[in-house]
Amino acid sequence: MTKTAETTSSDTQSRNSQLLAEFKETTGNVRVTEPKMRMDNVNVHYGDNQAIFDVNLDLGKNEVLAMIGPSGCGKSTFLRCMNRMNDTVDSCRVTGSLTLDGEDIYAPEQDVVLLRARVGMVFQKPNPFPKSIYDNVAYGPRIHGLASSKDELDQIVETSLKRASIWNEVKDRLDAPGTGLSGGQQQRLCIARTIAVSPEIILMDEPCSALDPIATASIEELIDELRQNYAIAIVTHSMQQAARVSQRTAYFHLGRLIELGETKKIFTNPSHELTENYITGRFG
Amino acid sequence: MNNTTTKRNTTDIVKAGLAKRYARERRFKLMGVAAVSISMAFLAFLLISIFAKGLPAFQTTYIKLDITLEKKSLGLPEEPTAIEISRARYDKSIKKALLAQFPDVTKRKEKRMLYQFVSSYASRQVADALVADPTLLDTTASLWVLADDEVAALARQADYTLEKKDKQTEITRARIEELKAENRIETRFNWLFFQRGDSREPEAAGIKGAIMGSFYTLIVTLVLSFPIGVAAAVYLEEFAPKNKLTDIIEVNINNLAAVPSIVYGLLGVAVFINFFHLPRSAPLVGGIVLSLMTLPTIIIASRAALKSVPPSIADAALALGASKIQTITHHVLPLAMPGILTGTIIGMAQALGESAPLLMIGMVAFIVDVPTGITDPATVLPVQVYLWSDSPERAFTERTSAAIMVLLIFLIAMNALAVLLRKQFERRW
Amino acid sequence: MPLSNSLLIILAIALIGFFITRQRAYSIALKNGGVAKLHSLPLYYGYLAGIWALVPALILLACWSAFENTLINSSVLGLAPADLVAQGEDQMALLLNQVQNIAAGSIEASPDDALQARMVARMQSLQGTSLLIKSALAIILAVVGVLWAFKSVNPNYRARIKVEGFVRIAMLLCASVAVLTTVGIVFSVLFESVRFFGKVPISEFMLGTHWSPQTSIREDQVASEGSFGAIPLFLGTLLISAIALIVAVPIGLMSAIYLTEYAKPQVRAFAKPAMEILAGIPTVVYGFFAALTVAPALRGWGESIGLSVSSESALAAGLVMGVMIIPFVSSLSDDVLNAVPQTMRDGSLGLGATKSETIRQVVIPAALPGIVGGVLLAASRAIGETMIVVMAAGLAANMTVNPLEAVTTVTVQIVTLLTGDQEFDSAKTLAAFALGLMLFITTLVLNVIALHVVRKYREQYE
Repeated sequence: MTKTAETTSSDTQSRNSQLLAEFKETTGNVRVTEPKMRMDNVNVHYGDNQAIFDVNLDLGKNEVLAMIGPSGCGKSTFLRCMNRMNDTVDSCRVTGSLTLDGEDIYAPEQDVVLLRARVGMVFQKPNPFPKSIYDNVAYGPRIHGLASSKDELDQIVETSLKRASIWNEVKDRLDAPGTGLSGGQQQRLCIARTIAVSPEIILMDEPCSALDPIATASIEELIDELRQNYAIAIVTHSMQQAARVSQRTAYFHLGRLIELGETKKIFTNPSHELTENYITGRFG
Repeated sequence: MNNTTTKRNTTDIVKAGLAKRYARERRFKLMGVAAVSISMAFLAFLLISIFAKGLPAFQTTYIKLDITLEKKSLGLPEEPTAIEISRARYDKSIKKALLAQFPDVTKRKEKRMLYQFVSSYASRQVADALVADPTLLDTTASLWVLADDEVAALARQADYTLEKKDKQTEITRARIEELKAENRIETRFNWLFFQRGDSREPEAAGIKGAIMGSFYTLIVTLVLSFPIGVAAAVYLEEFAPKNKLTDIIEVNINNLAAVPSIVYGLLGVAVFINFFHLPRSAPLVGGIVLSLMTLPTIIIASRAALKSVPPSIADAALALGASKIQTITHHVLPLAMPGILTGTIIGMAQALGESAPLLMIGMVAFIVDVPTGITDPATVLPVQVYLWSDSPERAFTERTSAAIMVLLIFLIAMNALAVLLRKQFERRW
Repeated sequence: MPLSNSLLIILAIALIGFFITRQRAYSIALKNGGVAKLHSLPLYYGYLAGIWALVPALILLACWSAFENTLINSSVLGLAPADLVAQGEDQMALLLNQVQNIAAGSIEASPDDALQARMVARMQSLQGTSLLIKSALAIILAVVGVLWAFKSVNPNYRARIKVEGFVRIAMLLCASVAVLTTVGIVFSVLFESVRFFGKVPISEFMLGTHWSPQTSIREDQVASEGSFGAIPLFLGTLLISAIALIVAVPIGLMSAIYLTEYAKPQVRAFAKPAMEILAGIPTVVYGFFAALTVAPALRGWGESIGLSVSSESALAAGLVMGVMIIPFVSSLSDDVLNAVPQTMRDGSLGLGATKSETIRQVVIPAALPGIVGGVLLAASRAIGETMIVVMAAGLAANMTVNPLEAVTTVTVQIVTLLTGDQEFDSAKTLAAFALGLMLFITTLVLNVIALHVVRKYREQYE
């Protein structure tokens, strides 16, 4: 039994390499009719290593796009290109075109501060600032000068916390430090913090990987609600999660976007053999 | 949907504030640049000012005098021994030679001025020349002797612009010109500076005494602090049980690393000098005090080095049946040694630059002789710097800067050695 | 026979013991069928012989030497007639000191003092006898030790275990040196301070505002008692330290921020070693620079705008001390800033904050405890710094907070009081220890708090 499994695994390995070598272009339709963000021929290099190869992808309005794939496939790197968080890594170089509402986000005149205000991000590990809950949420509006009065700021904080479904749990202790919350609450606080800036897109980098199943469920519920107002791109390790929250799913493999399609289709009837091998758990 | 309006709003508001925020960003960054620049500028200024001040001290001026050396007038017997020659006084002969060189000087006051033309060390130089070649006795020998520091300072400058223009200076200047015309004055590299101990005469003062004092002090420091430090580190890292005593030792070591050095000086006076009656001013006591001071540095560095050796190596040795101590002495210590040595060198460099505690235990005395052992009275380089910096003569200021240059060269060499060691043996596990 | 010779002999005995015992272990092993039959390697039997030779003999020598002086002294003083004894302890101590110096040959004896000559003779003879006895005893002990180890070599003797046990105890003793140092500091400083407070009331010392420690030179000059009000010294120390911190904290912190958050690797590669050089320059060099370059420059600058600046102004010493502490603050802040997790910065940048907004509003608040700890350590350093103030600040104990005037500090006074005359019992020298006690307590408290705060901070992000 063990022997068969080993053979299968090594067979899959060589088959995968072969498929990757034959790979020409993404299976499925990468375009949507009403794109919020459009990415063409995106290549990313870290020094001499190429991390992303010629990816074309659209993020539509009011949709949740899931990005899945084995570790090291470049999905997080790709996500971080979308609000130029990769700028913080010195050796990182991005080529190709990424446009937000038709504006090139890598154009020299594009302002990264403004871009990040429009494209928010939630990180893998909850990272509340060592400040009070209130100050955590108010931080974004304050630095951007979004509120003209204290009342308005209070209003923004309350709305954001409500939208992130955490208001009821924290409304009595807004002055308590954000770091004192539980993991799931911290992550929802981080989401509230992102919402408070009223972005147009929210990027989520494995937002539930550090959380327990109950906290995960509440975040997933929240993502579904948020879809009404925002375009959301979510990187996830869990295929079940992708299936639960997203409308479309992109499958990445070693820096290439292999297949893109309706989430239901990807998980029930994938077109590309690599996707199928991953979905069926032959490797991962 | 009113959402679109909020979104527009966000973009617009953010855009409106951008210019101001970027201006603040630039200002903040500029403050950082300024902070780093201030430190760098100060370092450059300090080094340049010390080098500029100190360089003249590496030159010294000699004057050639025709000195008549009659045995009779020197009070020497017909067949003098080397010791007798070396003990005789040659001041008078030198004074006569000076008068012969400048025959126009007749008045008493002028004569006294003239006698200060050469250093009082000149007598010693004449004696040394005679010991080397006794046949010069009863002849008129042409000997190069050391000039006085003020003469040297004047002789070094081509145009004399910097000097004060009083009458005495004018006269000295004229005499220097006279000597120059006869090729009787010469500026040479100041070897004496590295061959002699301290002196009241700046031109004859050297740093050999201080260097040897520093050497003996550091030897004592090294011999005491290295084995004790490493043993303590090994014990704390590998053997110490987790209990109150170990905690106390740990907290203690960290605190000792931050105790002001002068407090160690007080400890030295009270315990080693007044209680144990060890000799004052000796490198022995200096070394003991400095080793207590450097111990925390060595222990902390050694523990870090021991910690970085992966436990798998120790496990392998233990699994072969080696005892704990065998494992440590055969495997862990050799691997940690580069780190331990780096920490030790840095500790030694600190000890070399330290002066405050040594002032307390009497290493500030004026000591002419070069020490030859750890119980001889001695001073050390930084304390020599302190002593000379108090002297008003400009030549001493120059020598202070020169001594600092020597000290800095030693320190930089030690630190470079530490860096090299770290680079050479750095291992990533 | 001087002591060093007997030490050499003992060392030789230990070495010989090592070799013969190892040899015996070998031969016994061979007789029994190989080295593996022994409990330990022959080497360890040799080590054991060396330890048995050295340790008891050295302990004996150390103990004997520690007690012999007291015994010899009391015996020598027994010669003194009753009327001399009646003159009091000080007089006796003086006499004893004289006799000791004559016996050691460091001063000449006065030719017509019969009592002195008798005392010197007895001291010399006693010292000679004592040296002879202790050397002989130590050598005998060493030989006995070797014989004992030599005899006990047998295959079942657990030599390695014993050697290792000894090594372990030796290491524990080494580790306790740190504790002993602290105990030594506390006792030496405390003991002398108590004696000082016996002469000068503690209230005068702590609250008095006049400091002039010049006590009478002769016994009968009672009129010119010194006064020991230490407030001007505390004030001067605080003033100079405050100036130093005002210079060092902003510059050091901003340098650390620039180097960790902004600087390109090339800049860092240059600036960090330069900072290390700045940190490695001996304080005496800073002192020289302050006294000969900065102070005259400040004075000249003050004159040019019509201010009278003292040539030993607190400002000059404080400024240079500040520069000295910059690398210290910078490297501590560097560690602290690096400990702030990158995810924290990402969170802020991801919201669209600029770099400086992120640093000021997220990174620094997160690092604040660590930075405060660093500043406390820097303050403790400034307070304890000696050479710069000795060389650049004055001796005048002025009660002032004007940085252009001369002030003096605790450390300056300690150095001045102790490098002057050698008379150890005067209030003047004892005052140095009282000041040392204050200095030790202050810096200890600052260090303990700072180290605690920094450690708690580190644990938070680990």
